[in-house]
Amino acid sequence: MSRSKAVLIALLALVVLASPLAGAALAQSQSIFIPLLVYRTGPYAPSGIPIANGFNDYWNLVNERDGGINGVKLVWEECETQYDTKQGVECYERLKAKNPVLVNPYSTGITYTLIPKGPVDKVVIFSMGYGSAATADGRWFPWVFTFPTTYWSQASAVIRYMGQQESGLEKLKGKKIVHIYHNSPYGKEANPTLEDLARKYGFELTLLAVDHPGQEQKATWLQVRKINPDWIFVSGWGVMNQVAVKEAAAIGFKMDHIVGNWWSANDSDVVPAGEGAKGYKGATFHAPGTNFKVFQDIVKYVYDKGKGAGKQEDMGAPLYNRGVVNAMLSVEAIRTAMGKYGNKSLTGEQVRWGFENFNLTEQRLDQLGMKGFMHPIKVSCEDHEGNGPVLIQQWDGKKWNVISSWIEPMRDVVRPKIEASAIEEGKKFNYTQRDCSKEK
Amino acid sequence: MIYRETGQFKSSYASDQAIFPLVQDRIFVLLAVAVAFVVPPLFASEYWLQAVLIPLLIYALAALGLNLLTGYAGQVSLGTGGFMAVGAYSAFKLSTAFPQVNVILVFLLSGLVAALVGLVFGVPSLRIKGFYLAVATLAAQFFLIWLFNKVPWFVNYSSSGTITAPTRTLFGVTITGPEASPGARYMVALAMVTIFALIAKNLVRGRVGRSWMAIRDRDIAAEIIGVRPMRTKLLAFAISSFYCGVAGAELVFLYLGSAETLAFDINLSFLVLFMIIIGGLGSVLGSLLGSAFIVLVPIFLTNAPHLIGLPLPVALQKQIELMVFGALIVFFLIVEPNGLARLWQVTKEKLRLWPFPH
Repeated sequence: MSRSKAVLIALLALVVLASPLAGAALAQSQSIFIPLLVYRTGPYAPSGIPIANGFNDYWNLVNERDGGINGVKLVWEECETQYDTKQGVECYERLKAKNPVLVNPYSTGITYTLIPKGPVDKVVIFSMGYGSAATADGRWFPWVFTFPTTYWSQASAVIRYMGQQESGLEKLKGKKIVHIYHNSPYGKEANPTLEDLARKYGFELTLLAVDHPGQEQKATWLQVRKINPDWIFVSGWGVMNQVAVKEAAAIGFKMDHIVGNWWSANDSDVVPAGEGAKGYKGATFHAPGTNFKVFQDIVKYVYDKGKGAGKQEDMGAPLYNRGVVNAMLSVEAIRTAMGKYGNKSLTGEQVRWGFENFNLTEQRLDQLGMKGFMHPIKVSCEDHEGNGPVLIQQWDGKKWNVISSWIEPMRDVVRPKIEASAIEEGKKFNYTQRDCSKEK
Repeated sequence: MIYRETGQFKSSYASDQAIFPLVQDRIFVLLAVAVAFVVPPLFASEYWLQAVLIPLLIYALAALGLNLLTGYAGQVSLGTGGFMAVGAYSAFKLSTAFPQVNVILVFLLSGLVAALVGLVFGVPSLRIKGFYLAVATLAAQFFLIWLFNKVPWFVNYSSSGTITAPTRTLFGVTITGPEASPGARYMVALAMVTIFALIAKNLVRGRVGRSWMAIRDRDIAAEIIGVRPMRTKLLAFAISSFYCGVAGAELVFLYLGSAETLAFDINLSFLVLFMIIIGGLGSVLGSLLGSAFIVLVPIFLTNAPHLIGLPLPVALQKQIELMVFGALIVFFLIVEPNGLARLWQVTKEKLRLWPFPH
């Protein structure tokens, strides 16, 4: 046998022998483990990196400043998914061995795969403002939380905003609205709500799909030119967003009549289009920028100690702040659970109780150094969405500015739809409806 | 010394034509199958079953299917992902429309649907060959994915366009859906691969396989000696798509639990094609080895830095993983262009001479 073949066989043998050691878990006393599914590579990295950095910085802050949550250290481990469902499943299964209490999937595809696993593995699925809107009905999906809001609420709030701009929702009649969406469960999620609202308010809705990963949108924007809509709503992700903004600028569309959803309004989405992106709007459920005390703390306790996950000047981008918000909500929900079960390592079931009885008040936000950063939320057994209102922010060429007050979603339209689809989705898994009056 | 045919006399045609004429081979294979059936369900962790072995078996089945078409019949196909999607979506439609039907039967029926679709997309192979055929099958890939994305009927009008595996049982054991234990799902996937590998092995040894190989090696010569190209090629497409369809159904029902069309995109077609190229074109064993290589090596590379206590940032680790994996593929193809199966064969030949090589 030639030497190279011997090397080859030796390598193969090594792989086969060494791989069983891989999943070995390390147990730690008095800590809470959270897996962090990230995507720092691939076509979705422009969106994935700031979120992951926000998570890391906030959790580092909690450990450095407060010594963990009520003294219990937070432990987390990143796992690269490339926004790919199969890699996400591999990550989840690998990190499951470390007894996680909750998981933030950060991909609608991975969320859908994990939703049925949550109750079986006793892990809270916290899909903050993404995933499946049906799971906002906590009576059917006790283990999934979508607060502060869902895609359906967001779509209704954006339509309400467009109505405000046209001076009245009834003025939307006959107007043309285009929804440009990522052709995946994520992008499609808002469509049924938009269709209902189109019927209700009489605007003309056109749905234009952009295929993964979204680098090619010439045909889509040709159609936009043909339709010449009054408003455009964009549900994009990763590289698709910057292409959409560039294309819009290239055809000279009125930038202040394009509203991205909260995954389509980050610095990385508008900067590549340069001056052309000025005026582009986006929805959000927290403020952009760093004018809040929590960011001073992050600088002081994390960046000044050289533990920052990214560059300090990248703080304040909408998606970085989203990571911070998501990390904060996870921490506060665990803290809520500790209020009942004590300051120690908790189980997934205990943390689930914390999520369900989550009540983030104005006062608490002030204590966290986040006054005015986001809206207070109250979660209940029936309502895992918290019905959070939405802000509209606008890009001025240098930074994002909030240009609206808190816009309420149309709960009268959205909630019945959520309840109906929760029944439908719940039946797929043979779930039964929980009686919330029996929960304590 | 141990691995030698001396003294093994064949006294009947049946024993002469056995799949494994050597006693040692028979014992080895039976032992391997027995180990595969017994050891992982008893000892493997949930991570190993769920994230490594189950996808490995499912990919192995798809690779088997593609190997019949590309390795044996010589028809290059880039439509594997599309055919797997056909299997997955038909399994979803069938199992939700007829909940009482046995889920294994559903898998087989969705394989048949995929076979029909494969038959249709195999028609261009009668006129075009090689790279041009690859492009034609690429059309199948994109058309099918577009179709499932576009027509809401395929997903039962679910607003998200996701298909979800319902809970189904076999002999009283839950094998699909969220409550199914990884062990049970592994057993089903393994049983399917074992049975279909056996069928594939027999197919390629028989008249069908020989006519495929005749077409592959020189289609005009094959036609002259009486092999009907249309029938043979279409049969290859149909059987290959059947395998891929069953694998696609398993991908959703036994592995992911829920899926969108993105799970079946062009990358999947390439992945399966790489599996058979690395494993060995025209070899049943090669399909299994190739899928093991493609599934295990990235997982090993992901976990390797942790094992030696080297905490790398995940992004860097992913880049290194991709580079090393790519380099390994190139290295393999240079050292052994005929794939892992050939390597195995070489090892066996050496073993026959051992310990007295000449």
